[in-house]
Amino acid sequence: MLNQALSNKRKSFELLMKGLMLLSVALTAALTLFLLVYVLLQGIPNITWELLSTKPSYLTESIGILPDILNTVYIVLATLLIVLPLGVGAAIYLTEYATNRKVVGMIEYAAETLSGIPSIIYGLVGMLLFSNHMGTCLMAGSLTLVIMNLPTIMRTTQESLKTVPQSYREGAFGLGAGKWRVVRTVVLPGCVDGVITGCILSVGRILGESAALLFTAGFAHAVNGMMDGLAAPGATLTVALYVYAKEQGEFGVAFAIAAILMVLTVLINFAAALVQKYFAKRRSL
Amino acid sequence: MKKNQLMEKAIHGLFLVLGLITVGCVLLITVYLVISGIPAIREIGLIDFLFGKEWASTASEPKYGILPFILTSIYGTTGAILIGVPVGFMTAVYLSKLASPKVKSVMQSAVSLLAGISSVVYGLVGMLVLVLGIRKFFDVPDGASLLAAIIVLAIMILPSIIKMSVTALDAVPKEYEDASLALGATPIETYFKVSVPAAKSGIAAAVVLGVGRAIGEAMAVMMVAGNVPNMPDSLFQSVRFLTTAVSSEMAYSSGLQQQALFSIALVLFLFIMLINATLNFFLKREKE
Repeated sequence: MLNQALSNKRKSFELLMKGLMLLSVALTAALTLFLLVYVLLQGIPNITWELLSTKPSYLTESIGILPDILNTVYIVLATLLIVLPLGVGAAIYLTEYATNRKVVGMIEYAAETLSGIPSIIYGLVGMLLFSNHMGTCLMAGSLTLVIMNLPTIMRTTQESLKTVPQSYREGAFGLGAGKWRVVRTVVLPGCVDGVITGCILSVGRILGESAALLFTAGFAHAVNGMMDGLAAPGATLTVALYVYAKEQGEFGVAFAIAAILMVLTVLINFAAALVQKYFAKRRSL
Repeated sequence: MKKNQLMEKAIHGLFLVLGLITVGCVLLITVYLVISGIPAIREIGLIDFLFGKEWASTASEPKYGILPFILTSIYGTTGAILIGVPVGFMTAVYLSKLASPKVKSVMQSAVSLLAGISSVVYGLVGMLVLVLGIRKFFDVPDGASLLAAIIVLAIMILPSIIKMSVTALDAVPKEYEDASLALGATPIETYFKVSVPAAKSGIAAAVVLGVGRAIGEAMAVMMVAGNVPNMPDSLFQSVRFLTTAVSSEMAYSSGLQQQALFSIALVLFLFIMLINATLNFFLKREKE
């Protein structure tokens, strides 16, 4: 009925735009689906218990990714352990303590700048700042990742701090609590959801990172305990994928790692969505 | 009482230090890059370095011209934007305005997944699907080329563009659209002629963010672009980007060669800072 009133020009505009939109959505959906299915199909058959539980051996000419899995776990733990207090502290300063708008603006601008810097530059600076002094090791890689993930933790914590009602703080102050006591007992418990979300996002980012680790953490495949591991060079899963695919042509192993990374990415996205939903629900109660 | 006040002050100071860490990091990164990037530029000469057409760092008479890398990065990013922005933009309009809540939520998780996939996985799939595909389809000797890199980059910037554009489009006041509909425009006309112009700062920011992502990507490009320091004369040429120029020689470089790599990183950093400033400009306008 409405369509009959439209001129041909308007009708063809409608059709064209609708067509282009549907095409684009279909393309995006198909791409995602293809990547997911292709990587899983190519990778899963190559995942064997032997691959997961051994280290590469020249004697038996076999490849195992246990050291890479351990290295990834170590680097994730070490990075989170360092970045959490720094990021949460910075967020608390911004929302609770800072009074000077210029300082706030400067810190926020710096955080935005940090999140825009590409990982290859972090890798290079990490090499100059850390690896050149403490040697190429997981700890150097981890410190580099701390700088990279600082803005993420800061942002998510800040967002959740903003949702802590002002009246809670005023109430606590009214009862005679000092600033630090208010922060400790009222503000900190309120930012748990932001911290958890930040952690999940950071873990995702660390798992996927390679360029920043190549020159800071190196690429050795030795099985170590956590403390020795952090002091020694080592490849994470992504770096191992790169080396196996690009330098050694071991595509089977590369796809096995890619499939593991893909499953982890799906799980992390799922967890992030779940946490957000859970806390949104609790907040509305 | 005094003790308490002292403690409060100390804690305030501690938080201030934590707050200033980001500023310190930015300064540290800038200073380190400038200090380590300047010596090689001084020795090679700024003009020869930036506009030299030949990079032969390991030759007996080494040449350090990075024009091929700069042009490749610019062409590669432009290509990725030309493909990625229309697709991302159209997807964003559909998701924000037309899609049912269910489709929107499924597609948004798909986009998040796309954003979460690590660049080496993109590189790996690119190596086996795109590079081989280009070799067969266009009948060229090697598929590792500028074209392969452009396609991978276009896919990699898609999620940033979609996410940011959807946010901007969702924020357009409903009244604008209602007014346009009441005047007799069809929904689609309204979305493209009223909502999109109203969200243009946000969409521009999305494009700039995409540019930043594309120009800074290293690993995926390293795996599909071939890495030969050619001038980017054709889409099928094996090329080296600014990012891959740094990473491909860093492992075994020393002396002037290594210093020149730091200078490349400095050039890349300046590009990124310029892009960040543009991004901030659009984001600020969007907020207003």
